[in-house]
Parts: sequence; C-alpha cells; structure tokens
Amino acid sequence: MPINYYIFLAIALFSIGVAGVLTRRNAIIIFMCVELMLNAVNLLLVAFSKMHYENVVVFNPASPVGTEAQLFVFFIMVVAAAEVSVGLAIIVMMYRNIHSVDVNFLNRLKH
Amino acid sequence: MSITEILFWFLTAMAVGGALMMVTSKNPVYSVLWLIVVFFAISGHYILLNAQFLAVVNIIVYAGAIMVLFLFVIMLMNMNADNEPQKNIWLKIAGMIAGGCLLLVFIAAIRQTEALQIQKVNTGGQTGLIHLLGKTLFTDYVLPFEISSVLFLSAMVGAVVLGRKGD
Repeated sequence: MPINYYIFLAIALFSIGVAGVLTRRNAIIIFMCVELMLNAVNLLLVAFSKMHYENVVVFNPASPVGTEAQLFVFFIMVVAAAEVSVGLAIIVMMYRNIHSVDVNFLNRLKH
Repeated sequence: MSITEILFWFLTAMAVGGALMMVTSKNPVYSVLWLIVVFFAISGHYILLNAQFLAVVNIIVYAGAIMVLFLFVIMLMNMNADNEPQKNIWLKIAGMIAGGCLLLVFIAAIRQTEALQIQKVNTGGQTGLIHLLGKTLFTDYVLPFEISSVLFLSAMVGAVVLGRKGD
C-alpha cells in the first residue's frame, strides 16, 4: 500500500470531523467529531511509523524500529481517555445549568 | 487486486461512510453507533498495518469505554431526534463548504509532494506485537507511563468535582 492512500484517508476523516464541528450544535456530537479527528491523526501516525526501514525489517524481523511511534499513539489514547471523562463531566454540568446541550446558549459564559 | 487491497478499500469505505453518517444523522444515539463503526474500521486498518496491540487497545478504549460513556451521558440527558438543536441551513452549508475547502487544500498539498509518491507502507516485522512494545514501554518510557497515571488521577478528581451536585 502506498503511504498516499493512508494520508488521503486520514485527511478525509479529519475533514469530516471539522465539517461536523462546524455544522452541528449539539455539544456531545461536536465532542464526538473531535474524537474522530483525534483518531484520524492516530491512524496517520501509525501509517508513518511503518513508512521507512524496509531493509531493516527484511534482514531482522525482530528489530524494534517504529516502536516509539506506536507508543506515542498509545499515550495519545491514554490522554484522550482522560480528556473524554473531563469533557463529558463539563457537558453534564452545562446540561444541569442551562437544561440544554446547545452550544449556542454558551455564548454567554456567566450566570 | 490482492486480499490486502480489497480489505483496505472495504475498511476505508466503512470508515468514511460511517463518519459521514455520524455527522449527518439526527439522533445522537445513532451518531454514537456510527462512530463505533468508524472505530472498528480504524482498528481493522491498524491490523492491516501490523499494529495489533494498538488495534486491540483502540477497540477496548474507544469502542468499549469511551463510546459507552458517551451513550450513558446521552441516555442520562434523554436526548433524541426531536429535541436536537438545529443550525439554520445557511450555516450548515457554510460549514460543509469550509470542511470541503480544508479537504481540498490538504489533498492539493499532498498531491504535489513527489517524495511521498514512492513511499510504501511496510507491514512486515514484529513491531506491533505486545512483547516489543511492552519492553520499550516499561524500560525507556516508564516515567511517562507513571506520569500518565497521575494524569488519570487528576482527570478522575476533576470529573468528580465537576459532576458534583450543588455549589
């Protein structure tokens, strides 16, 4: 597989996420679109980690090349899990205060 | 067309179609279910890229934990297609055009780079297996691993403080 295909797939997913953030008003769906963008970037990082080092892997299949990139993606997932818990807590608090998840009501952040 | 290419195009269609359905469906519960489809497709891509550990972690963490959390919150708020807030149609069209322009700019930029045209994704090796990743994680990256536990603790405390009733 050429690396281009993976780049185009990640671009498509990222752009769909951006369009979703711009077109929806439900805070939870906006948050889900952010998760989609995060996953597109993760996919791209894993694809890039497999891009080089053909010769190294051919001569030594057990070589640890590309391990760092996959651990990077692993840590991104860790941070994403923490981020989702805090973000959903914020959305629940917002729902409790204004009884809606419409982000248009958040244009005034007081009262 | 080899089996890998067939699987690649199938998973790509699944991911992009699921993402489009996620953005366009009116009911938030359907959005969550389509996003789970997208995450499974991305996990399939990880398996095709020979990153099995990340595929399993992606399914467990995203499709398992995070999406269930989303579903719980949506069900707690009793959201459905009827009380879904709607933007007016011109703002939606403007958002679609903005996203499409971003797609266009990215694709135009990538198509011009000649160094990327010849690069292939190499799926051999044992990098994605858990014993190599685990060895590196617990020797070279043990400090970030421990710090991430502190991050989880602070996220948990933050979620509890934010979700508390009163004050």
